[in-house]
Amino acid sequence: MATVATAAAAAARHNAALLVPKGDGGSLPVLDSGFFGPRVAFVPEFSPTCTQQNASVRAVMAPPQLQQQRSPASSGIVKHALTATEKILARASEKTQLVPGENVWVKADILMTHDVGAPGTIGIFKREFGKDAKVWDREKVVLIPDHYIFTADERANRNVDILREFALEQDIKYFYDIKDRSNFRANPDYKGVCHVALAQEGHCRPGEVLFGTDSHTCNAGAFGQFATGIGNTDAGFIMGTGQLLIKVPPTLRFVLDGEMPKHLLAKDLILQIIGEISVAGATYKAMEFVGSAVDKMTMEDRMTLCNMVVEAGAKNGVVPADSTTFKYLEGKTTIPYEPVSSDGAASFLQEYRFDVSKLEPVVAKPHSPDNRGLARECKDVKIDRVYIGSCTGGKTEDFLAAAQLMAISGQTVKVPTFLVPATQKVWLDLFTLPVPGAEGLTCAEVFTKAGCDTPTAPSCGACLGGPQDTYARMNEICVSTTNRNFPGRMGNKDAQIYLASPYTAAASALTGFVTDPREFLS
Amino acid sequence: MAVSTVVMRALPSPGIAVSPASSSSSTLSCSRGVPLAAAAALKSHVANSSSADRVVVAVAGGCERRSSNVQFVARPKSAVRSSSCKSRLLQARAATAVEDGESEGSESGSAATIHGRCFVVGDNIDTDQIIPAEYLTLVPSKPEEYQKLGSYAMIGLPAKWGRFIEEGKSKTEYKVVIGGANFGCGSSREHAPVALGAAGVRAVVAESYARIFFRNSVATGELYPVESQGRICDENKTGDYVTVDLELGTLVNHTTGKQYALKPIGEAGPVIDAGGIFAYARKTGMIPA
Repeated sequence: MATVATAAAAAARHNAALLVPKGDGGSLPVLDSGFFGPRVAFVPEFSPTCTQQNASVRAVMAPPQLQQQRSPASSGIVKHALTATEKILARASEKTQLVPGENVWVKADILMTHDVGAPGTIGIFKREFGKDAKVWDREKVVLIPDHYIFTADERANRNVDILREFALEQDIKYFYDIKDRSNFRANPDYKGVCHVALAQEGHCRPGEVLFGTDSHTCNAGAFGQFATGIGNTDAGFIMGTGQLLIKVPPTLRFVLDGEMPKHLLAKDLILQIIGEISVAGATYKAMEFVGSAVDKMTMEDRMTLCNMVVEAGAKNGVVPADSTTFKYLEGKTTIPYEPVSSDGAASFLQEYRFDVSKLEPVVAKPHSPDNRGLARECKDVKIDRVYIGSCTGGKTEDFLAAAQLMAISGQTVKVPTFLVPATQKVWLDLFTLPVPGAEGLTCAEVFTKAGCDTPTAPSCGACLGGPQDTYARMNEICVSTTNRNFPGRMGNKDAQIYLASPYTAAASALTGFVTDPREFLS
Repeated sequence: MAVSTVVMRALPSPGIAVSPASSSSSTLSCSRGVPLAAAAALKSHVANSSSADRVVVAVAGGCERRSSNVQFVARPKSAVRSSSCKSRLLQARAATAVEDGESEGSESGSAATIHGRCFVVGDNIDTDQIIPAEYLTLVPSKPEEYQKLGSYAMIGLPAKWGRFIEEGKSKTEYKVVIGGANFGCGSSREHAPVALGAAGVRAVVAESYARIFFRNSVATGELYPVESQGRICDENKTGDYVTVDLELGTLVNHTTGKQYALKPIGEAGPVIDAGGIFAYARKTGMIPA
């Protein structure tokens, strides 16, 4: 085992050295002087506007004499005020300062991939680094099958086999395997939805850099880290080198203050924000969430916020870590971490202020996450189904909220209501945690009483359609706690999806129409 | 406008042969390892192509799964730009570069030109429309599944945009996709640019892009994600014959006669020219070939 580990480490260093020579052995050559090496070795993150900006290109193959041209600012004497995102990227790229628009090589702390992204990533990794190449760090690659699991689709099943083969070959420490598809409980390692699993298994830590082959990787920003989604090629690159070239995003700051109304949830807040700035309002930017309302939020609330920043086009979302974060992490991770938060004098591209006490439950109407509407104004929309699940709205607290509303109502659902817990742990919580105010009944008992479908095996489920035999695959008018409602998102182009909070979803299930939760919550 | 096509092919046997295949095109064949001679022959050929307004040099072969790679274009002789000499030199150098596997060419921008019919869509074409999730079980790094992905490109589009791939076919007839704002939004799935590239799309020209799609397009080298100056999707129709010229920074619609300005492809250009980020890294000597 030691030989493999040493060989792997050596391989990773070799792979990394090929691409990022260290010059004097210290930090990488700095380009504040504006010097470009004889060749443009690696291009900056490929923003369409990168030519407009003075994007400094890191000349990886720069000649040694560059070292003497380092300006005082790069030697640590002058420090600028940085945002949380800038601080994280500065630390990960071993720079004392950086500015938005700058391209930096960052070290990845975690690379996550799943059954949809991994096969392609592994193919690229082997093609580019060699059939016998080893990943840069067997403890930093987390393999989580979660997308197409409970299906008879042969290719989908084969893709999980590919993950397993790779995990064995590379001796990957964290591989949340599933073999027995007929009974998810019989698979002790299996978790479910990757983003919720990453959080629950302690892979999200303040100040770290996390990449995943999934757009909702930004979910982890709730832990005060830099987390973003990438494609197979970038992931294959990280597998071999442990690094990636990233363009530092400017930060949009969202200050959420005021007392959260009892009928409002984090999902309402993020839908409000996306409706405000549009699906491209945060493209290439970081979204930072602060304020008294955020301070009071649980980790799951913060995840809901950060989960959907990609729907506004953002590169990453971030909630600075605090005592809530530290408490959540107790017992989950033994790896030390260093939290960061934005300096008081940091520059933000724009600041938005919300008084959450004045907000109302909202939905995103078909067919765009920014097609915001007040839930109460959609009360004439007759629906066919309700779907409660996904990384966005299938966490324990999401189900607790839905169950709470249903218990208060004492009524039964008027439409098929599908419950898809994100992970095994969430599923277990549904059957063990009592719902506040429901006289000791568990979530599952409340749901059964209300006539919902039995909570199903944890996975991404129908959030993104999936193979034809995916549970709850959608072709009708639906209220869903998921994250996207573009045409065909849940399996059928003609379906109409209203994105909503768990409260709104539960209320809608009880009436058969899009319903404001205040109909049930006083 | 007369177009003379010079196709450079790699041959097993040494030497150079120039064989006029037809009155409007000639084939310049050369073997690997004869770059200087090839460049010289190319220069003299171009200089002698008095009947052609435009010389297109298409390099055949090369990247494992693409049949034609980079195209270099000489300035029309009547062009206002005085860089025609420079262009020919660039061509020769580029030809050299392809043969040698090293690049001394432009560090920014691309000389690629794409001719073909365009397929026009609107705003916020998300990755679920470009390649619905049910097809994500196909692994892009497997050649057979790569081809299959291509056959499903844009299959998630609502009917109002029309058919992207003809019934029974596996490749699209449209080389250029013209879009509105926020093209490629949604998922990080690399299958999206891959499906488009595998289907035969060479460039998307959109008002703006979602970041992950843009980045994936460049990293894979599957297509050029070009930005138009302003919105052009309302003025072009599916089926129009267009030319996208990355060096000139123009999209010409031959059907309507209109021309539109494009934003420079910048540093993404050489990466896509090379066939993606790993190929580019090899070509520039960053990683051993």
